[in-house]
Amino acid sequence: MKPFRSDAVFAAAAILLSANSAALAHGWAGQRFFPATILTDDPFVADEMSLPQISVNPPGPDGARQTDYQIDLSKRITPDTDVIIRDQWQHLQPVGMPSVAGLGSLQTGAQYQLFVNGPHEALGLVGLNVTWAHTGRVQALGAPDFTTLSPTFDFGKGLGDLPRSLPYLRPFAITGNLGFDFPTKTESAGVPNPDNFNYGFAFEYSLPYLECCVKDIGLRAPFNQLIPLVEVSFTTPINRVPAGQTIGTIQPGVIWAGQYFQIGAEAIIPANRFTGHGYGGVVQFHIYLDDLFPRSIGKPISEWW
Amino acid sequence: MRRIWVVLVAAALTIFGAPSARAHAFLDHASPAVGSSVPASPPIVTLWFTQDLEPAFSDLTVTNESGQRVDLDNAHIPQGSPAELQIGLKPLPRGTYTVSWHVVSVDTHPTEGTFTFDVG
Repeated sequence: MKPFRSDAVFAAAAILLSANSAALAHGWAGQRFFPATILTDDPFVADEMSLPQISVNPPGPDGARQTDYQIDLSKRITPDTDVIIRDQWQHLQPVGMPSVAGLGSLQTGAQYQLFVNGPHEALGLVGLNVTWAHTGRVQALGAPDFTTLSPTFDFGKGLGDLPRSLPYLRPFAITGNLGFDFPTKTESAGVPNPDNFNYGFAFEYSLPYLECCVKDIGLRAPFNQLIPLVEVSFTTPINRVPAGQTIGTIQPGVIWAGQYFQIGAEAIIPANRFTGHGYGGVVQFHIYLDDLFPRSIGKPISEWW
Repeated sequence: MRRIWVVLVAAALTIFGAPSARAHAFLDHASPAVGSSVPASPPIVTLWFTQDLEPAFSDLTVTNESGQRVDLDNAHIPQGSPAELQIGLKPLPRGTYTVSWHVVSVDTHPTEGTFTFDVG
């Protein structure tokens, strides 16, 4: 490395010290970039915002159709912790009845980045999410009249550390979350509120990773920024209701990840008849606040002063 | 109505600061290309990134299969090309070589990576 002028070094060091937490923002582990997935929780703390996420859900078991317009904000408090807030406007069209619309339940959460392992492209995060009672339309839209506590463990692992003799497997990555729901009321209007086990995974094939780190096959924008993926997510009641009432969805799709934002689109396929039938779809516009505003709101709050 | 939008946008920019055209630096492409095979020893390795780089914190090395450096230890950002990183190479015999880079974009976001290329 050629020698540099000392004043340039000091200036750069000052810049780094003023915003050195950028290393943990976004979903980076070593040379692996993890995009924010749509269905499953992300295994990294971040300064990011989904604005909006629009879901046209498959018809439910009773044939009702619901469309959700969701906003989601993650904000780092320190380099390793963040808070999230999420809400949605719901539009429900029951079969043979007038449609209804209103706010869904407010969700908040706090998360801690347990580890980031660069060489093995691994991430781990623990969090506690809270779905708040009486913050949505309880009667009309079925929003809960009880608060639910949901501890979660989220993880991510890239396969970039596979032997170089398996080059085309190295762009694969998996992220996932394991968690529970603990409602604070055991029943509402005579209907039991079970504790749930939640599990979900996202299987990703990163074309940016293929291009930058495995083999340049000549893809250029926008194709070299695409990440095809399949997400699955399930919820299984573990008490208070008969066994075998797992619900879930399978969501194949693609994410385009740019410098300042990403755009994702997925089909929504019910995993079983308890979930619904037919098909739906979801699109998401997701903003990287740490890249858009690296010197202001994109920094952790602990580094604002 | 239009005036209200102008005021709102101006207020948002004032509060949040105007977004700078900077972000994480991704490797855009390289010469020799990532994962490629070249017939003869290249004189230099050049990496092109998607963002301008911070020179004091951006570096790359090239090593052979034994892990020994085969570069000239002169990594630099060429004058007038702030998103480019270059290093000179010693004459390379046939073999597989690993390029390891770590850079910091001018807004302090660090990124890193490795890739290989073959000679002969």
